[in-house]
Amino acid sequence: MTIPLSYNFRNLWTRRLTTFLTASGMALVVFVFAAILMLANGLQKTLVETGSYDNVVVLRKGSGSEVVSGVGREQASVVETRPEIAIGSNGQRLLAKEIVVLINIPKRRTNKPSNIIVRGIEENSLLLRPQVKLVEGRLPRMGSLEVIAGSSLVKRFKNIGIDEALCCGMGDWRIVGIFDAGNTGFSSEIWGDADQLMQAFRRPVYSSIVFKLRDPSEFQELKNRLESDPRLTVEAKRETQYYAEQSEMMAKFLRILGLSITIIFSLGAIIGAMVTMYSSVANRTAEIGTLRALGFQRRSILLAFLVESLLLGFLGGAAGLFFASFMQLFTLSTMNFQTFSELAFSFSITFEIIYKALVFSLVMGFVGGVLPAIRASRMNIVDALRSS
Amino acid sequence: MLILKLLFRNAFRNKLRTGLTFLGITVAILSFGLLRTVISAWYAGVDASSATRLITRNSISLIFPLPLSYKDRIRQTHGVKNVSYGSWFGGIYIDEKNFFPNLGVEPGSFLELYPEFILRPEEKEAFLKDRKGFMAGRKLVAKYGWKIGDIVTLKGTIFSGDWDFVLRAIYRGKDESTDESQFIFHWDYLNETLKKRARHPWIDQVGYYVIGVNQPELASEVSSTIDSAFKNSLAETLTETEKAFQQSFVAMSGAIVTAIQLVSMVVIVIIMAVVANTMVMTTRERIGEYAVLKTLGFTGRHIAVLIFGESLVITMIGCLLGIALTFPAATWFSKTVGTFFPAFKIETLTLYLDVAAALLVALVAAIIPTRRAIKIRIADGLRRIG
Repeated sequence: MTIPLSYNFRNLWTRRLTTFLTASGMALVVFVFAAILMLANGLQKTLVETGSYDNVVVLRKGSGSEVVSGVGREQASVVETRPEIAIGSNGQRLLAKEIVVLINIPKRRTNKPSNIIVRGIEENSLLLRPQVKLVEGRLPRMGSLEVIAGSSLVKRFKNIGIDEALCCGMGDWRIVGIFDAGNTGFSSEIWGDADQLMQAFRRPVYSSIVFKLRDPSEFQELKNRLESDPRLTVEAKRETQYYAEQSEMMAKFLRILGLSITIIFSLGAIIGAMVTMYSSVANRTAEIGTLRALGFQRRSILLAFLVESLLLGFLGGAAGLFFASFMQLFTLSTMNFQTFSELAFSFSITFEIIYKALVFSLVMGFVGGVLPAIRASRMNIVDALRSS
Repeated sequence: MLILKLLFRNAFRNKLRTGLTFLGITVAILSFGLLRTVISAWYAGVDASSATRLITRNSISLIFPLPLSYKDRIRQTHGVKNVSYGSWFGGIYIDEKNFFPNLGVEPGSFLELYPEFILRPEEKEAFLKDRKGFMAGRKLVAKYGWKIGDIVTLKGTIFSGDWDFVLRAIYRGKDESTDESQFIFHWDYLNETLKKRARHPWIDQVGYYVIGVNQPELASEVSSTIDSAFKNSLAETLTETEKAFQQSFVAMSGAIVTAIQLVSMVVIVIIMAVVANTMVMTTRERIGEYAVLKTLGFTGRHIAVLIFGESLVITMIGCLLGIALTFPAATWFSKTVGTFFPAFKIETLTLYLDVAAALLVALVAAIIPTRRAIKIRIADGLRRIG
């Protein structure tokens, strides 16, 4: 026969303050655990969503990122003639030769400069990135010193807004439009005409060549062709893979940091649960004796105390998750170590994170409660009854 | 003295619970100390910078170079003592995971400007003579087990291809904040090799200039003179003190630093909940005793002293244990992360903050139980069980 659940609820309610303190300790741990997973997830989501599966990025061999890559005009035109490239509605090849440079712009709040990616685009660039949508103003005219800025930048950086001018590279770049690319890395970029930017920043080479595949399954073959072509020193990657690699280091850093912090924190919370459960066993010695005398078995007592501790863990976990889910309202920006540039991303929650956090809180409750529960179940009836 | 004895007796009455609470505080103080040390390691570059050094870079951003020809014009500026230059190489040793800073510099003037890099005279000689040679910090050499004369190959990311270097000198830092994980080679080797290849935009171009000024007070004057000299040129410059330059790197990853700071606060709050819980349970058990004390004529203040004192005793012992453990933990941590954090040492300030945090926890945790114990009426207290 098992002890009814209502017994456990009443116990927790009678010792409200203790219950609250223990559960809130666990809630904080779960909060931190979930928040860090959400952060790493948000970062990866941002960068993975930046790429499209049927787009290919061609970079200089061994460069790893667009910022340090360089592909000469001759090599670019060799890549341009590949037959695997998709053809657009106007009969043009869906390919863009782009240049990426970094410029320093001060942040609005702190006035500290940060590196921003400026991407020189061609007309096809917009066709290749359907997620980019103009929300204000107009597109830049090709061949002029006009640029458009990503929506994440407008809020956070000085001098970024419609009709404002950015100056660097011996010229004033007028911002004529704001674009929104959703939750992607493009939202933290500035786009302008590639040829103009190459002139202004005196960069005779492109940074990368992006094109859409006629048939996504032809990728491997194309990659082998390009990389074995003696005229070229390039490597080709799917756009999705390229952006996933860009986030690898940061996401790993966040995960390791998060994991070590939660392990330490959960130690604290488990100790808190243990303290609570031990004293609740000690306080109820006579009660346990009575229960045993009434005919409840050792097993039922063990179960009752474990359930109580699991309930505590669940309460804490649910509260922690509840507060963590509000973190989705925040956007964070930091420097991505790999591209050396500013990137904005937000916390994002998934079912996997919810599930992991709840399991984690139950494990904390279990570990904290198992020793006290064993102690309770081992009590001798006569001694326990006599103790009061 | 008697009260102290009473406090200790009280604190150790329930050995299991007190032991667990100690453990909790120890873990919290340990992680608080480690997190604070990680933050100060982040700022190590800023601390190590000298007030008499300025950095000049391209005003657009660090990825753009400056012409080598600027060197002589900078040297002519009033107040400038010596000028060195270099480029960030960004090479990878075997795998991307093995990160360490690698720079090509003009070695003679570099060593003059950075007296904190200490070399043996004969090794210094060998390094200066060999154009393919490099010098590396003690930590870096120990990590990869290099020996003088070894050939080390870096894979270029900014400058493509494989680059061979010969280890000629091992430097050590003058004090603990000096980065002992750098890889420094001749800029000339980089430039000559680039010249042999097809035209490269970085031929005769440097990433940055380091300028030594006579007196720190001259810094702002010198930097504005230099920047105005190159205004409206093809490569405009931005000159700032080394400290400001390093700080801008820290500021870029500011969000992470803030997150770690927040987390170190949260750990204190968590432990507050644990200690408060212990104190709540302790006083709950002893309500009867407090009623007896009150009957004997002790006032609420006496009881408050007892509870606060006990809370202090518990947290302080835990705190001391935590501090004692922080040192071996930091040594272990710095060995594991290695070159990512060049200088990893525990500041005195961190220890003070540890104690302050423990005090705060002790006081906050005792507030609610004390209120309860003081408020209870004698008759209720005596009547209550468990």
